[in-house]
Amino acid sequence: MELICPAGTPAAFRQAVDAGADAVYCGFRDETNARNFPGLNFSREELREAIAYGRRNDYQTFVALNTFMRAGDEEIWYRAASDAVNLGADALILADFGLMAHVRERYPEQRLHVSVQASASNPEAINFLVEAFEAKRVVLPRTLTIADIARIKRKVSCEIEIFVFGGLCVMAEGRCSLSSYATGKSPNMNGVCSPASHVRYRKEGTLMLSELGEFTINKFGPGEAAGYPTLCKGRFDIGDASGYAFEDPISLDVMGEIEALKAAGVSALKIEGRQRGKAYVAEVVSTLREALSTEPAARGPLLARLKAMSEGQRTTAGAYEKRWR
Amino acid sequence: MRLTSLLAMPLGALPIIPVQHVARRLFQRLLEAHPDLFDRLGEYRGCRFSFTPTDLPLIFLVEPGGPTLSLKRKRAVVSADAGVEAPLVMLLALLEGRCDADALFFSRDLQVSGDMEAILALRNALDDCDIDLPRDLSQLGGPLAPLCAKFATEVRRRALKEMA
Amino acid sequence: MTDLTMGPIYYLWDGPKWRDFYLRIADEAPVDRVVLGETVCSKRQHFIEPHLVEVVERLERAGKTVVFSSLALVTLERESRIIRDLIDNSDHQIEVNDLSAIGLIKGRRHLIGPLVNVYNSATARLLAQRGAERICLPPELPFTSVSQIAADGTPVTLEVFGFGRIPLAISARCAHARSKGKTKDNCQFVCGEEPDGLSLKTLERQSFLVLNGVQTMSHTCQALLLELEEIRNAGIRSLRLSPQDCDMVGVAKIFREALDGLIDPQSALHQLGAIYPMVPFSNGFHHAKEGAAWIARAKSAASAR
Repeated sequence: MELICPAGTPAAFRQAVDAGADAVYCGFRDETNARNFPGLNFSREELREAIAYGRRNDYQTFVALNTFMRAGDEEIWYRAASDAVNLGADALILADFGLMAHVRERYPEQRLHVSVQASASNPEAINFLVEAFEAKRVVLPRTLTIADIARIKRKVSCEIEIFVFGGLCVMAEGRCSLSSYATGKSPNMNGVCSPASHVRYRKEGTLMLSELGEFTINKFGPGEAAGYPTLCKGRFDIGDASGYAFEDPISLDVMGEIEALKAAGVSALKIEGRQRGKAYVAEVVSTLREALSTEPAARGPLLARLKAMSEGQRTTAGAYEKRWR
Repeated sequence: MRLTSLLAMPLGALPIIPVQHVARRLFQRLLEAHPDLFDRLGEYRGCRFSFTPTDLPLIFLVEPGGPTLSLKRKRAVVSADAGVEAPLVMLLALLEGRCDADALFFSRDLQVSGDMEAILALRNALDDCDIDLPRDLSQLGGPLAPLCAKFATEVRRRALKEMA
Repeated sequence: MTDLTMGPIYYLWDGPKWRDFYLRIADEAPVDRVVLGETVCSKRQHFIEPHLVEVVERLERAGKTVVFSSLALVTLERESRIIRDLIDNSDHQIEVNDLSAIGLIKGRRHLIGPLVNVYNSATARLLAQRGAERICLPPELPFTSVSQIAADGTPVTLEVFGFGRIPLAISARCAHARSKGKTKDNCQFVCGEEPDGLSLKTLERQSFLVLNGVQTMSHTCQALLLELEEIRNAGIRSLRLSPQDCDMVGVAKIFREALDGLIDPQSALHQLGAIYPMVPFSNGFHHAKEGAAWIARAKSAASAR
């Protein structure tokens, strides 16, 4: 199984490659990808150098163009696709049908992967993407169990990639407007979830409050482990009870299930975290690389050290385990 | 006992001007070694950032637009667009990209305030620069050079040990 | 002429309540089209089945076009089968809400629901080529995009989400069941206890969202009344009313009269507030702002509520 690693900067890209990635995914420094954060991502020139660095070392570079094109401004996405193709991207990771159709028509040789943001969660959906756009690989949403994945793989002709470590979307990806409901900016339209422009941290006595737009979404006691200020991991009141209505601050880790994933027919394991620092990339990629070539019994202690990298300093297998539902 | 709390004792009593003088020389040296240090800041270059080591009585104010660096005592009134607070070794480790800021935020070792876009832009700008304090500061020249390089090496050793 | 579509009921209503709602819609609501069927959770399907034939017959007798809604999130084998059966066996038009239905329905005339990501005319065109005749655009879409898609002349009828709590997210996990100490697999249909959603407040006790089984919806109710004129001028031919637990016949009448110019938008809004009094209105998405926001066009609009 391939190990697909994130890079938000050229420095992180080099770390990913040096730490043992099979492929690195990244995006341009604009709204064409779902990690459109200040100071993050690649200029055209940086991507050219990154792809060359990957080539020299026999690693692949995937370019994420996984937001939805804004009507009237499609040219921004078309130009990004054209540049990525010309710079030699090994695959484009797409979510928007309109963009997929465009890429298929203009660049028939270009390898096309379907982003998790497209929300293809069943065999019929995947077969549609293969039939309509000749998708070679689909990244599955984090809503499926390993048994679901195995069943899906038996019925589709393309490769399957799944997230194994990092941020955990509680909602079906690409189908969530919680962020824009509170801030006006969404992953689909703007490539941001809980945009930094709308996040504020406030001290209230010994508590740290996180606010998103006009809404308080969490309060942390002194020393209490925190997570990203996303709504799906916020604390709310329902009736008389306060708590995490959707999910705790926690990250995904299904590396304990490598054998089951292999048996399910998964082709590639993806690490989330283009927004993270190069230290995260180096640590997570090298650890997972080591875990992949280690006896199952020895993996536990190896992976335990990644908890410190995780939201709430905890990890979960999420939807990959049926009980999570 | 932490290295930095040892440092804090004499620094608390030191006059701020000479300390600031040394800090500015180090800052200048970093900018020479990494002329693209603030490139990724984009529109946040004009922001004023405060860095508050939790274990020192000082606040470092950085304005990339200058670029300028100044020091204030903690009791002084300081205005900044965005601020980061953490033990000194962690701030320096972040400068070198040796630890992940998000992870330190999750563990609550790092506190952030003010404009989060500016914070993210700065983090990403620093993260993409391969700052290596012992290497970069060893070329400082003058009587301070060996001292700084030694200090930086020691800080890194401590940082990695404390965060392990 | 702008059509009115009654969208599917996203909530779990018990069989008799569901039946009575539609019989009244059939007899009294000035809507052209009614989209029926469970859209949110496959486990709920059996609640409506005993009443389906009667409801369809009554709606059709009243001259309404009946459309069947497909599930929004399809992950289980059983759910795939439900979609396949719906497409293979239905003699009514189908509104698709996920990619599996888009794939399976190719070549047949169909509708696209608001839960499919249509953000631009390239996507709308592709869906039209595969047989889509009508697209209800995602509620998140700002009017600038809506009008651009319409201006591009895509050969489909476009619809916007005119009234109702906004479907914001869907999950494999059931937060509604979880809030009552249950899991999705052992939920005992507790979501049926809140026919208008379970209120979720911030820690500062600010009403924010509502839970509806695996779906998360807005606390506010989107109401595009002050915007009707620009929507119509942009070439949008249809408006969706999404059922809430309130007098939807009254809601439909208000929208119909406002569209026909029989009442001005301000009075329409005022009347709407009387029908659904406990829930604040929002129109932020339309104006490219936070979805929760209410953007008043004029001072008088702000004081309307």
